[in-house]
Amino acid sequence: MKYLAGVTSLKLSSHKCTGCGMCVEVCPRGVLEMDEGDAVAVDRDSCMECGACMNNCAFDAIWVDKGVGCASALINGMITGGEPVCGCGGGDKPAGGSCC
Amino acid sequence: MNNNQPPPPHRIIGPHRIIGMRWIIGTVESAAGPVSRVSTVLTGADLWGHFLCRISGHRNDYKIPPGLYAAGNPGPRSDVFASANYKMSFDKLRAALDGMDAWVLVLDTGGINVWCAAGKGTFSTEELIGRLRSEKLSEVVSHKGKRIVVPQLGAAGVSAHVVARETGFKVGFGPVAARDIPAYVAAGYKADRRMKTVPFGILDRLVLTPMEIIPAMKWYPLFFIFVLAIFGINPSGVSISDALSFGAPYLLLGLVAVFSGAFVTPLLLPWIPFRSFAVKGWITGLAVVYIVTRFLWAGGRPSSELASFTMLFFPLVGSYLALQFTGSTTFTGMSGVKRELKTALPLYMIFAAVSVILLAGYKLRQWGVI
Repeated sequence: MKYLAGVTSLKLSSHKCTGCGMCVEVCPRGVLEMDEGDAVAVDRDSCMECGACMNNCAFDAIWVDKGVGCASALINGMITGGEPVCGCGGGDKPAGGSCC
Repeated sequence: MNNNQPPPPHRIIGPHRIIGMRWIIGTVESAAGPVSRVSTVLTGADLWGHFLCRISGHRNDYKIPPGLYAAGNPGPRSDVFASANYKMSFDKLRAALDGMDAWVLVLDTGGINVWCAAGKGTFSTEELIGRLRSEKLSEVVSHKGKRIVVPQLGAAGVSAHVVARETGFKVGFGPVAARDIPAYVAAGYKADRRMKTVPFGILDRLVLTPMEIIPAMKWYPLFFIFVLAIFGINPSGVSISDALSFGAPYLLLGLVAVFSGAFVTPLLLPWIPFRSFAVKGWITGLAVVYIVTRFLWAGGRPSSELASFTMLFFPLVGSYLALQFTGSTTFTGMSGVKRELKTALPLYMIFAAVSVILLAGYKLRQWGVI
């Protein structure tokens, strides 16, 4: 299953990429592949912006606007004017709600 | 991350039976002191707990103390696996380690699963580094190129190169599902494509639906009172029998809308056309409401205002609830959900306003004002 086409914020910088392959290893959606020593996005529409690739790139060659793809979290963020947070607790947030 | 370090498990060895941690079945000696050994067989009580987590808020307080645990009889050369302190995550890991000798390092995620905690930043690089240090992992294990296996979905929170730089531990990202760990280890610590990607089959979706329906139903009492008020307040006064007899179809349609958006749409997700969840939910809602009204209206259609209200409002509820399911899926991203909300929220407000106008029109006509 794929979500909306052409919306991901994923950006790769081929001149910073050293071809270590770590991003390909950590992507849970098979978005990235190695091509002639560089990481390339072969399936952008599968990207869910989890940020695993960016987190694990030691060379700052990947950027993505990491966040939760969760409508109730984003609506909560709009109402409170703060960061989108799921209603599912964690940290100092009271537990409750329906997300993840 | 967490300055209030909970006591390491070797300090909670004593009272574990008192606080119900029956899955601790002994201790294992390590170079850094005794470590609690856990059972690798899940009991009926464990499975009952998992079931309650699927159908209620039970999961909000289903946690275990973070720290180091042992599965089997591990030694300095055994593998180390990281997990979250959500008991269901931990249970799935220890069950997968049945027959193996391994260390389990449980991070403090506030009782949230690995995937969500990585997104929230509690299953994090800092927490992992802190926990490796506080549990003295570099003394517990002494294998060359010390390695800790982190679940694949933890990668959204953990930077392997930073952990390696700070602690000397090499992070290996294991499979998504703990049950694939034996195969991952047998393959020489390599996760193949299937192990690395997140399945989201019909059963995976089915188990998530109760927690879509339950929060939606919290609004139902309000809707119930609203419907009874609309049909019960007449020019001649308040009539309970009118409220119930004329309101009943709409009370049923309210349930149908919840069923459509929070159960049918998630279940049939891949087969409903279009990628937008709001559109998927609306189409499903329209279809389900249409089918139900064929029966409800078999004896005669309601007024045009009520018929229009029905076909407008209830599919809209289905659409809104389907949009909420984006938070439970394994393939929706923030940019996409933002785009949906940008279009959907104004439309929801407009159509909700039109729905109210239609109901007002119905009441005014009934009262003979128009």
